[in-house]
Amino acid sequence: MSILKIDGVSKRYANHTALDNVSFVIPTGCIFGLLGPNGAGKTSLIRIITQITGADTGEILFRGERLKPHHIREMGYLPEERGLYKKMKVGEQLLYLAQLKGLTKADATERIKGWIDRLEIREWVGKNIEDLSKGMQQKVQFIATVLHEPSLIILDEPFSGFDPINANLIKDEILRLRERGASIIFSTHRMESVEELCDNIALINRAQKVLDGSVKEIKEAYKTDTYQVIGNGKLLILNPDFEVLEQHENHGVFRASIKLLNGTQPNDLLRYLIERVEIHSFIELVPSINDIFIRKVKETHHA
Amino acid sequence: MHKIWLIIQREYLTRVRKKSFIIMTFLTPLLLAAFMVVPAWLATVSDSSDVVMVLDESGLFVDKLETKKDLLFIPIQGDLESAKELYQETGNTALLYIPQMDINDPQGFKVYSKKNTNIQTKARLENMLEKEIENQRFIASGIDREQLNKMKADISIATVNLSEEGERDNNAWVTSGAGIIAAVIIYFFIFMYGVQIMRGVIEEKTNRIVEVIISSVKPFQLMMGKIVGIAAVGLTQFLLWVILSMVVVTGVQAAFGIKAAPTPAEQIMSGQAAATGADLTEEEQAAEDNRAKEVMGTTLSALGNLNIPLILGCFLFYFLGGYLLYGSLFGAVGAAVDNETDTQQFMFPITIPLVISFILSYSVVLQNPDGPVAFWLSVIPLTSPIIMMVRVPFGVPAWELLVSMGALILGFIFTTWIAARIYRVGILMYGKKVSYRELSKWLFYRV
Repeated sequence: MSILKIDGVSKRYANHTALDNVSFVIPTGCIFGLLGPNGAGKTSLIRIITQITGADTGEILFRGERLKPHHIREMGYLPEERGLYKKMKVGEQLLYLAQLKGLTKADATERIKGWIDRLEIREWVGKNIEDLSKGMQQKVQFIATVLHEPSLIILDEPFSGFDPINANLIKDEILRLRERGASIIFSTHRMESVEELCDNIALINRAQKVLDGSVKEIKEAYKTDTYQVIGNGKLLILNPDFEVLEQHENHGVFRASIKLLNGTQPNDLLRYLIERVEIHSFIELVPSINDIFIRKVKETHHA
Repeated sequence: MHKIWLIIQREYLTRVRKKSFIIMTFLTPLLLAAFMVVPAWLATVSDSSDVVMVLDESGLFVDKLETKKDLLFIPIQGDLESAKELYQETGNTALLYIPQMDINDPQGFKVYSKKNTNIQTKARLENMLEKEIENQRFIASGIDREQLNKMKADISIATVNLSEEGERDNNAWVTSGAGIIAAVIIYFFIFMYGVQIMRGVIEEKTNRIVEVIISSVKPFQLMMGKIVGIAAVGLTQFLLWVILSMVVVTGVQAAFGIKAAPTPAEQIMSGQAAATGADLTEEEQAAEDNRAKEVMGTTLSALGNLNIPLILGCFLFYFLGGYLLYGSLFGAVGAAVDNETDTQQFMFPITIPLVISFILSYSVVLQNPDGPVAFWLSVIPLTSPIIMMVRVPFGVPAWELLVSMGALILGFIFTTWIAARIYRVGILMYGKKVSYRELSKWLFYRV
C-alpha cells in the first residue's frame, strides 16, 4: 500500500516548467527522500501535494484516493522558510496552529506539553518567537508540523540551521514518528544528509524525475565492485582480474582502490592480497547518492 | 466558522497586547487632559508679571490708569531721557510715554521695552487709553455715559429649520461640527487600521506563515479573520479613548477645579474679549457673560435638536462599512507585494478617493450639503463613508440614505471579492514585481 502515488504530474509557470511528467510512489511507513539540486522542482511538487497550488496535468492519489482538500488534515508540512509569527509567544503559537489544524484546546495543550519536554524547550515557552535562536525557532516549527499526528509528514530542508546535537534530536524524533506509523517525505538538496535515514528516494533534476526506488536497490544497481584496501607493504598487482584505480604510499602504508573485473569475487582479491601484503582495512566503496545523482545527470545529458 | 473565529481571536489578542497599542490608548486621553490643563494653568501663572512705567507729560491719564491683577502701572516723573535711563535699570516690562497733547488729537504715544512688546499688552494699553480719551470727550461734550450704554442695541439671529416634522432650532456650526468630527474619525480609522491589515498580510507572506496555515484554512477565511480582528481592535481603542477621556476630564476638573475645556463658543467670546480689552466694566462683563451663556444655550439646544440616534447609527454603519471596503483592498495590496516598500504603486489609487473625499467634505459638501456633488459622492461607495457622514447631521432624505448604504454594502462585497481573488494568488507568489495587468489576470485564475 502506498501513502502517495504521483502520476504524470506537470506544472508550468509563465516562463518555465517546474515539473515535467513526474511519477513515483511513496510507500506507507517509509522515510522518503525527495532529492535534487536547488530549483529542480521539489518545492513545486510539495506545494501540489499540500494543495497550495494545483497541477496542470497528472494525478495524485492519497492512500489510493484522489487527493482532496480533507486529506490535508492528515498532512504536516514544514516549509523550507520557517513560518511563524514573530511577535507571538511559543506556547500560544503552537496552540493556535494546532487548533487551526482541528485539535481541541485541551487536546492541543496536552500534546504541546509532551513535545516541549521531549525537545527540551520548556524554558522558552513564554518567550516571543523573535527572541529565539534560529535552531530554537525550527524546533518550534517542527512541533507545529507534527502536533496533529499527521500520517504524512513533509519536511523541506529540515536540518538547515541545526547544530549536530539538535539535528540528532530531530532525527531521533523522526524515526520515532515512523515507528508510530507515519510516512515522512524529506526534501533536500544536501543528499548526503539524509542518505542514512531514507528508505526510498526519488531524484529530481530540471523538473524531471531522474531516478527512484529503494536506497538499497539503487545502491546495488549502481555499485562498481570497487574496494578500498589499506595495509603495510609494497603493493604491486599484476593480475588482469584486478584493476588498480588509485594508489598512494606513505611511510610503508599503502591505500588503494581496486576494481574487480571479469566477475571475480571480493574474497578472490583478499586471498590474492593476503599472500603479498599486511591488510589493515578492506571496505567496499559504495557510491553515495550524490555520486549516483551526478552520474545519472551526466548520462541523461549525454543521451 | 470555528477557524475564522480562531483567526479573529489571534489578530485581536496579539494586537491589543502590544506595547504600542497600550501606550497609544492611554497616552491619547492624557494628551487631551494636558491640552485642557496647560493653557488654563499658564493663564493663571504667566500674566502676573507685567509692570509698566508711565511717564505722562499730559497729566490726563496718569491717575486714570487702573492697576489690574496682572498689569501694574508705576507713574514716574522727569523727562523722557531720564525715564529711559530709569527704565533700563529696572526689570520692568515696558515704559509708556504719553506726550503733551490735545484731547481731540491724541498722538505720539510710545511704548519702550527691552524685548518686543507682545500684541496683547499693546492692545490692552491702546484700549485703556482709547477708553479714557472717549470718557474725557464725553465729559467735554456733556454726554452721560450711562445714558449711552442704555441706547446700545445687541441682537443675535436665531436660525430655525422649517420642515415637515415641524420647527427645529438649528445651528450651522454645531451641525457641520458633528459631521466633520465623525468624518475625520472614519478617515483616520480607515487609514490607521487599513495599513495594519496590509502589514499583517505582508508579515504572513514574507515569513511563509501562509504556507503552514493555508493548508488548514481557506485564503478567504484568513483574510476575513484578519480584517474583522483588526476592526475589533480599532473599536476597542476607540471605545477606550471615549471612556478614558471622560474619566480623565472629570478627574482633572475635580482635582484642579478648572473649568472644562472652553466650548468653541466660549473661545470665540474670549477671543473677542481679548480684542476689545480685558478691562470691561463689571456690567459689560455681565453682558458678555450673558451673551456667552446665550450662545452656549443655543449650542446645547442645537445639539439636542440633532438626531443623535440617527447620527450614531450612521456613524457606526459608515465606520464599519468604509473600513471593510478599504480594509479588503489594503489586504489585497499586502498580498500582491513582497515588502512594504513595494506597496506605493498600489496604495496610490486606494488613498486618492479617501483624500479627495476628505478635502471635498470641507470645500464643497459643507457649503452645499444637498447639492449634486454631495449627492453623487455620498452614493459612490469609495467616498460615501466620509461624505455621507458630513451630510447626515444636516438631514438627508431617507431614500438617499438607503441608496448610499445599499451601494456601500454592494461596494464592500465587490471589493472583498476582488481582494480575495488577488489575495489567494498573491499570498503564495514570491519574488515577483507585480503589475496591474498581472493583478487583473489573477482575478480570473483558477487555483
